Order: sequence, then C-alpha cells, then structure tokens
Amino acid sequence: MTATLSSPEECVVLAHGGGGQLTSRLLAERVLPVLANPLLNPLGDSAVLEPVRGRLVFTTDAFVVQPLEFPGGDIGRLAVCGTVNDLAVMGAIPRALSLALIIEEGLPLATLDRVVASIATAAREAGVPIATGDTKVIERRGGDGLMITTAGVGELAYGVDWSINRIAPGDRILITGGLAEHGLTIMTQREGMGIESDLRSDAAPLIDLVTALRRTGAAIRFMRDPTRGGVAGVLNDIAEGTRLSVHVQEAALPLTPVVRHTAELLGLDPLTVANEGKCVVVVAASDAQRVLQACQAHPLGRSAALIGEVVDASPPLVELQTAVGGARIVQRPYGEELPRIC
Amino acid sequence: MTAAAFDEHLDAIKEIATRLPAVQLMEVCGTHTVALFRTGIKSLLPANVRLLSGPGCPVCVTSQGYIDAACTLARRDGVTVCTYGDMVRVPGRGGSLEVQRARGARIRVVYSARDAVHLAAKSPELQVVFLAVGFETTAPATAAALLEAESLGLKNFSVLAAHKLVVPAMEVLLADGDVPIDGFICPGHVSVIIGAEAYQPVVSRYHKPCVVTGFEPAGMLAGIAAVLRQIAAGDARIENVYSVAVTPGGNRVALDVMDRVFEPAPARWRAMGELPASGLRLRPAYAAFDAWRRFDLTEGDDYDPPGCRCGEVIQGKSQPADCALFATACTPLNPIGPCMVSSEGTCAAWYKYHRPPVEV
Repeated sequence: MTATLSSPEECVVLAHGGGGQLTSRLLAERVLPVLANPLLNPLGDSAVLEPVRGRLVFTTDAFVVQPLEFPGGDIGRLAVCGTVNDLAVMGAIPRALSLALIIEEGLPLATLDRVVASIATAAREAGVPIATGDTKVIERRGGDGLMITTAGVGELAYGVDWSINRIAPGDRILITGGLAEHGLTIMTQREGMGIESDLRSDAAPLIDLVTALRRTGAAIRFMRDPTRGGVAGVLNDIAEGTRLSVHVQEAALPLTPVVRHTAELLGLDPLTVANEGKCVVVVAASDAQRVLQACQAHPLGRSAALIGEVVDASPPLVELQTAVGGARIVQRPYGEELPRIC
Repeated sequence: MTAAAFDEHLDAIKEIATRLPAVQLMEVCGTHTVALFRTGIKSLLPANVRLLSGPGCPVCVTSQGYIDAACTLARRDGVTVCTYGDMVRVPGRGGSLEVQRARGARIRVVYSARDAVHLAAKSPELQVVFLAVGFETTAPATAAALLEAESLGLKNFSVLAAHKLVVPAMEVLLADGDVPIDGFICPGHVSVIIGAEAYQPVVSRYHKPCVVTGFEPAGMLAGIAAVLRQIAAGDARIENVYSVAVTPGGNRVALDVMDRVFEPAPARWRAMGELPASGLRLRPAYAAFDAWRRFDLTEGDDYDPPGCRCGEVIQGKSQPADCALFATACTPLNPIGPCMVSSEGTCAAWYKYHRPPVEV
C-alpha cells in the first residue's frame, strides 16, 4: 500500500477517534503498551487508587504549545512535568495522572509515537503512573495537531504546610536554576524567527528535587513553579499575597550566556519568560544556605541561587537592584510577550 | 564596556551636573526609554538632569487614522493582514486589530516583512498585506521584502506603508518650541542605517547637541555625559559614542534599497498632524504593491481617544503621570492609547518599571 499523508497508516484520521476498530487499534498498538502500568492496565471506566494517609492534592492543566516538539522536550513531556510540578510545589507526592489527548486529524503517527514515548519517559522520571486517559480526534482546524490535558492527584507529605501566608519579612528567595530557558526556546523555534542557538527547554519533573529540599527539614515557607509569567509573576504573587515587598538582586540571577544574549536580542526580560523545570522557594533566612546547598547537590538544581529577600516595605512591590546599582520595579507581564520590532 | 567605565561616566555626569542648571535631554528612541528604565539608570541620575522620552516609538507615532484603515482592511474577505506584534492591541474606532481577529479577521503577527512575503508565496489564494510601520530601522526591510515579492512575481502581496523618518520629527519639536530640549540622545538602531551625519540639520539649524548612543548601560551613560559636556561648554555638535555600530554615512546598502522603493512624502503623525517630508511612500514604479491603492483605502482622521494624552507624551509635552487615565483607566491590560500598548511606549515603560502598581 502506498503511504500518503491521508493514509490511515501514516497519520491520524477522524475515524481514529470514533470509538470503533481504528480507535482500539490506535490505543492498543501505539498508546497503551508504551504507558502500561498496573493502574492503567485494567482499562476500566475509572482507575482505582489505593487509599492514602495524607490529605489529597488535586490539579489539572492544559497544553497547547507550538511547535509540538522543541529542543529539550515536546508537548508530552510538558504535559507530565506541568502537572507533576504543580503537585510537587504544594509539597505533595504525585500518585496518579490522567491524560487526555485531543488530536487533530492529519497528525503524523510518527509524531504521536514520539510524544507518547516522551510522556512515558517523563512519567517514569517523576515516578507517577498514567492511571487513566482518553483520546479524541477532531477535524482539522488551525493545524495545531495535538492538545493535551493532564490532571494529577497527589498526597500531601506529612507535616508540610507551604503557603504564601507563612512568608515573613527577612525570608530569602531561592531559584532552583537558570531562568527563561523554556520560554526562549519556544520563541526561537517559532516559524520566522530565524534564530539558531543551543537553547534547550528545561522541562523536567521537580518532585525528586522538591523532596530533597523538604527532607533537609529547613523552614520552607512557600514554593511555586514560575511557568507562564516567569519569576516576575511568582514574585508579584508573593508581594500581592503577603502585602510585603520583595527585593531582588539582578546580579544574582542565574542566566546562561545564551539566555542572556537571546533575551537581549528579542528585547525580553528573562524574569518574565516561562520556565518548566524550575521552582521559586521562599525559606527562612537561617535555613537559606542549607536549602541552597541541598539544591545545588541535585542534578536539577546545580545552578540554584539565592536571588533576594522579603522586606517589610510599603507599598508592596517587587524591586530589582540592577546590575549597575540602579533600582526599578518588576511588574507581572501581561498577555503574550512579543519580541520588539526595532 | 566594563563596570569601571560605567562608574567613571556616572561620576562625570554628577560632576558636570553641579555646574549646570536644570537641563532636559530627549532620548528619541523607545528602546532607549526602556533600556534606561530597565537598567535602573534613571534612578541614578542627578535631580537636575531630566530625561524626556521622544517620538521614537513606531507604534505610538502611527496616526489613529492608520489604525482604523488597517482594521477596515482586516475585515475584508480574502485579506490576511501581517503585522508586527505591537500593532495588534492599539485601540481604533471599531476596536483593535486584536478585536478584529477575535471576530474572525485574518491577522498574523510576523517578525519581519519577509515572513509576509513568504506567506503570500505559499498561499496564492490569500491577499497578504503587510502593515509597514516604523522608522528607518524597519523601512529598508520592507523595501527588501517588496523587491523579493517583485522578483517572485507575486500578485497577492502589498504593503500599507506608513514609515516615518526620525530627523524631521526632531526638527518639528524644536521648531514648535513648546518643550525646552537642551540636547538629544540619538537612537542607536536608526543611526546604524541613516548614519551619524544625518543629524546635521538639528545641530546647524537649532544648535542642539546630538549624541548617537548605544544601548549598553555604560554606553548610555557615555551618551548622557557627552551631551552634558557639550551643554556645559556651549557646544552643539554631532558626537558618536556608538561607533562600534554607527558610521558617519550609515548603511549604504540599506539606504539604497530604501531609496529605490520609497520616496520622501508628507506623513501623518499622531497628534502632530501632517509633517512635510517626514515619511515614506512607494515610488510610482512600485504602485502595484501599494495596499492604499489596491484596496482603495485612505488614512482617516487622527484623533486621541477621549482623555488620552499620548499625543503630548510622544512630544515630551506631558509625562505619563500627568495623564488622568495613566495606571487608572489605562493599563497594559486595558490600554487606551498606543503609548501603553507598545513595549517601547513611554507609558508602558513607566508603568512597568517606574511607578508603584495600582492598589487594588
């Protein structure tokens, strides 16, 4: 049989989502064997989870990234990491994920295979099973190809109570690694940018790193992963949530040379660009060095840095001490960050 | 440049400033406005050295009539409008381009004019129109893209040209005389194209120092120090402290391409009205690529949205904080005027870097 783009052998067609034989084959041949685990394997209408001792933590996220595949990851890796990290920064241990694939007809099966394999890899790294899922095929629309929704349920670790309300003046702010790598990677991969670099997305599940930090026993107040809105967004969350100010040192921000130069070229502030494998940690000053060392000892936290502190100053602002000794505020970015035109 | 150079320039600025009355320098370019805020330089300058933002934000100087024409065009069947990102959120009479897009108009954000040409080549069924705005930084790119479209024989590509020229705008501000300007921090990017010598009219007719300045922190301070030195000495010369990128005569290749495709023409500026020889229109030989003609469009009236003072802000006549709408009704999430929309806009820079956010 001749393979063409419209052949069912080569790309997803509408009938794949119809619940008939093609659907079963798509799942049986391409999805289930790759994601197999004891919770998923029975293929019931719902997955049945074992009871847990701690409180349950539950989250969901939707992923529509373009392009679907990029240096350092793809939409599948992102879909696992995003949800795992939302659980992890609450102090929860992920127990199960759900996975819904919304596939646009015409998606090459080879792409689907790569994304599913990447989901399996990321889930393995995070130590969490894909317990349940669904697949829909929709008619061709904007050519996005694939959208993914994941939800995750986790168990709050014993004794953990990380919340913005526990932040106090004097607390230190730590970032677990270099800024802006994911967002800049995606922007430079988009059609028409014509920028070649060795930027890679930092997409990674943070559960292991967060567990290592938790086990230091340090007085951690709050964690949040600075995805859309970047570190600027999280720092403004802190200022707004506590009515305290946050002072940040520009010179302390971990930025690789390629991030620094690309952001400069595009006229973007690395503080406002998305990360997918980093975490902002607020910790008591007396424990800051201990958490920093624990972070730097972990493969995902080697370039961690203490970047600022919480200050009792009004009005509540995020203020940056610039590298040359000046001062300015840091605002939450609004809408989509766009490269400048001149 | 090094931290030592930065400190040296800053010390020099502080020293010269003690010998000067209050002075106002205009940074013409929006990129400078943003960079001066972002690096914190504004917070380090002596109180009697005031920096004014000038008419150098391409989106901000575009007349409301142009925005309305672009929105009208975007609503036409079969038309795809390609634009730089900053343009899509500028409010027009019937809503912004963003609003037209939400209602179904085909609007694409591109990073260069060539992207629009490539879209036209790929999609012969579409009429692709590029919104050609900006100064001499973007005009050569528009011209080169148009020549590429011509060589590809594209019949479905055109440009809605409203390019502007920097030096005539500076002259108008000085001729107007409403705002005392003691010297100019001249735009680095534009000067790469037009060359440092292009500011000669400002120097010889109006006797104002013009210093071509780059965007590195130490470079910006070097520019400010150079202007202050000239003021203190009663000088008015062209100086180039960005010689690593800017030559006296500019980029000949870019200027030639621009000159081949465009000719100087009167242009409408927001709030400043029609200024002679301050813009670029397509030469008759390229009329086939003129979207104004092809779609029978005219640039309608210019007007400010009620209460909006963007027109004064781009001329240095008002600071953003003087506007009652600033940071109250007009914010980046809900911009009323273009200076709050554009990432290079003065109001957006103030909102983002300068004033405390609104209490909510």
